[in-house]
Amino acid sequence: MGELWTIIDHEGGEVRKVSGEMLTAARRFAGEMNLDPAAVFAGTGFEHARERIGKFGGGKVYVAESEEFDRYLLQPQIDTIASLVRERKPSVVLFASVADGKDVASGVASKVGTGVVADVVDLEAQGERLVCTKAVFGGATVTKCQVEGSPQIICVKPNSFAAEQAPGEVVEERVDVTLSDDAKRARIVERVQQEAGGRPAVEEAAVIVSGGRGLQGPENFRIVEDLADALGAAVGASRAAVDAGWYPHQNQVGQTGKTVSPQLYIAVGISGAIQHRAGMQTSKTIVAINKDGEAPIFQLADFGLVGDLFKVVPALADEIRKRKGR
Amino acid sequence: MNIVVCVKRVPDTAAEKKLDPSDHTLDRESGESILNPVDEYGVEEALRLREAHGGEVTVLTMGPAGAEKNAVRKALALGADRGVLVKDDGLAGSDALATAYVLALALAQMEFGLVILGSESTDARTSLVPQALAQLLGLPGITYVSKVEVDGSKVTVHREQEGGHWVIESELPAVISVVKGINEPRYATLKGIMSAKQKPLEVLSGEDAGLDPAEVGLSGSKTRILAAEARPPKQKGKLVKDEGHGHVELADFLQQNKFI
Ligand SMILES: Cc1cc2nc3c(=O)[nH]c(=O)nc-3n(C[C@H](O)[C@H](O)[C@H](O)COP(=O)(O)OP(=O)(O)OC[C@H]3O[C@@H](n4cnc5c(N)ncnc54)[C@H](O)[C@@H]3O)c2cc1C
Ligand SMILES: Nc1ncnc2c1ncn2[C@@H]1O[C@H](COP(=O)(O)O)[C@@H](O)[C@H]1O
Repeated sequence: MGELWTIIDHEGGEVRKVSGEMLTAARRFAGEMNLDPAAVFAGTGFEHARERIGKFGGGKVYVAESEEFDRYLLQPQIDTIASLVRERKPSVVLFASVADGKDVASGVASKVGTGVVADVVDLEAQGERLVCTKAVFGGATVTKCQVEGSPQIICVKPNSFAAEQAPGEVVEERVDVTLSDDAKRARIVERVQQEAGGRPAVEEAAVIVSGGRGLQGPENFRIVEDLADALGAAVGASRAAVDAGWYPHQNQVGQTGKTVSPQLYIAVGISGAIQHRAGMQTSKTIVAINKDGEAPIFQLADFGLVGDLFKVVPALADEIRKRKGR
Repeated sequence: MNIVVCVKRVPDTAAEKKLDPSDHTLDRESGESILNPVDEYGVEEALRLREAHGGEVTVLTMGPAGAEKNAVRKALALGADRGVLVKDDGLAGSDALATAYVLALALAQMEFGLVILGSESTDARTSLVPQALAQLLGLPGITYVSKVEVDGSKVTVHREQEGGHWVIESELPAVISVVKGINEPRYATLKGIMSAKQKPLEVLSGEDAGLDPAEVGLSGSKTRILAAEARPPKQKGKLVKDEGHGHVELADFLQQNKFI
């Protein structure tokens, strides 16, 4: 029987949320397509990851563990997964549609000569193919597409599927890691981490609170961060806020920033220019807080609050904490 | 050191876009098109590296007739030295990996120390081209770069990571993709725009580039678009004017939707 693989997205064995969502989807589609689900772990810290993988179904896990993965940028993953694909010939390989996942997917696909569909938000099994739903042109158009090559390499966006636990035993299959010198040309010499206040990553957060020029200055991002923390959310920013130097570029949402589709997106003091909307209009629920009742962001909002953010947002954060406390 | 910057012509986000109903590819003649915004940062970075280290900056693009419009010329007006265009109507509808294949063939005929791409194009937005290109060229591929320093046969870059960055050291030649935050692009001057018209623009056919027609275009791509439609307009949401209790109503909404 053919296999449907999920490449585990993790950092040193710390499995990211999206992997639980993907393992859940993988179980379902493997069933519908008559394939065996299997996971692939490449990196370090498998002992730690084993437990998470077990919570989401377990089953066969190819484990390629080596310190080399932490020393060099992505090429070791690309080479290892590509050779495993050549050897085992899976039918489908799912990657997380985040920066690293897409990079490795693209590298593997070009090495084995197949295609990739990225930024997928929904899947449907049709015979041997998985039909992928994705948004293009900043969310203005929705397309259905499929990979015609083999394997079908598909990158699934975080928050596309609900993660459902289903404990299962992990059956480990160790994979030999032998790297050529070419895999070691781009060396990681330092990891610089800014203070993130323990907030989730913008790329995969289920809830994002974003601030714009309406905040009037960098010091006021505190207000947005405080609301984000009350909700356990990530913090985003409009380009105007980023270009003014109020918040880091990594947090920018929009055409020249990140494209996100969280369960909940709250825009605070953001007008909703088309380039901003291009990065967030596929969010499931959208809330906008703006003092201008005519702001275009309200056209997208499921709930729009016309008011002064300096009053409304701190009061909202307090209200949420109060309700959570009960 | 010679640098090649891959640039793409994309439709202007602010303009309406149409998909050709027959094959779901972009109808590129239907709206305004521009140089992919992130590619401007790639061009700027190449110009800065040239100013510091010498060498030539070449811009490379691939696509059907018209692919160079508003993209290659703009890059030349900004200061790139010459353009190379792989132009073939058979290229229409090429997906990310087919695009990388064509760019790799063109690059195989060129001499360079560094290839710079944008981190993503605003129409396709797949971010798949840069790493696929690196693999096909057999070179190190470093994406999402926010800082570049070249020193002899070595390049040191910052690669954006969630919540920070990594410092990466790589041998040259290498392929990198850059993010918007890397620099502040210059504007084209009138003189730049005038002199762009005199700069060499080499046009390669598919055959000149040595490509296999079976690997490109709509039919050669290994992904296929089955259907495309405009996102249905969003249902009108609730709009509340804050009279002192707006935050309570919003909290109710969040609670009903299980966010609290
Ligand atoms: C090529 C290109 C790419 C771009 N890419 C991006 C991108 O990736 N992301 C992006 O965001 N933008 C992008 N832009 C910029 C975009 O066009 C807008 O300029 C930007 O999104 C505006 O940011 P803003 O909404 O924060 O600011 P503004 O448009 O200035 O809006 C501020 C809002 O705050 C409200 N406000 C002010 N004070 C208060 C208050 N006290 N209480 C409540 N509300 C208040 C105002 O009513 C206003 O609606 C791009 C533009 C171009 C040309
Ligand atoms: N047709 C093309 N010609 C030249 N470069 C391209 C082309 N398509 C994509 N690129 C490059 O690849 C980058 C990423 O694009 P994408 O992978 O489509 O998001 C762009 O910023 C360009 O630098």
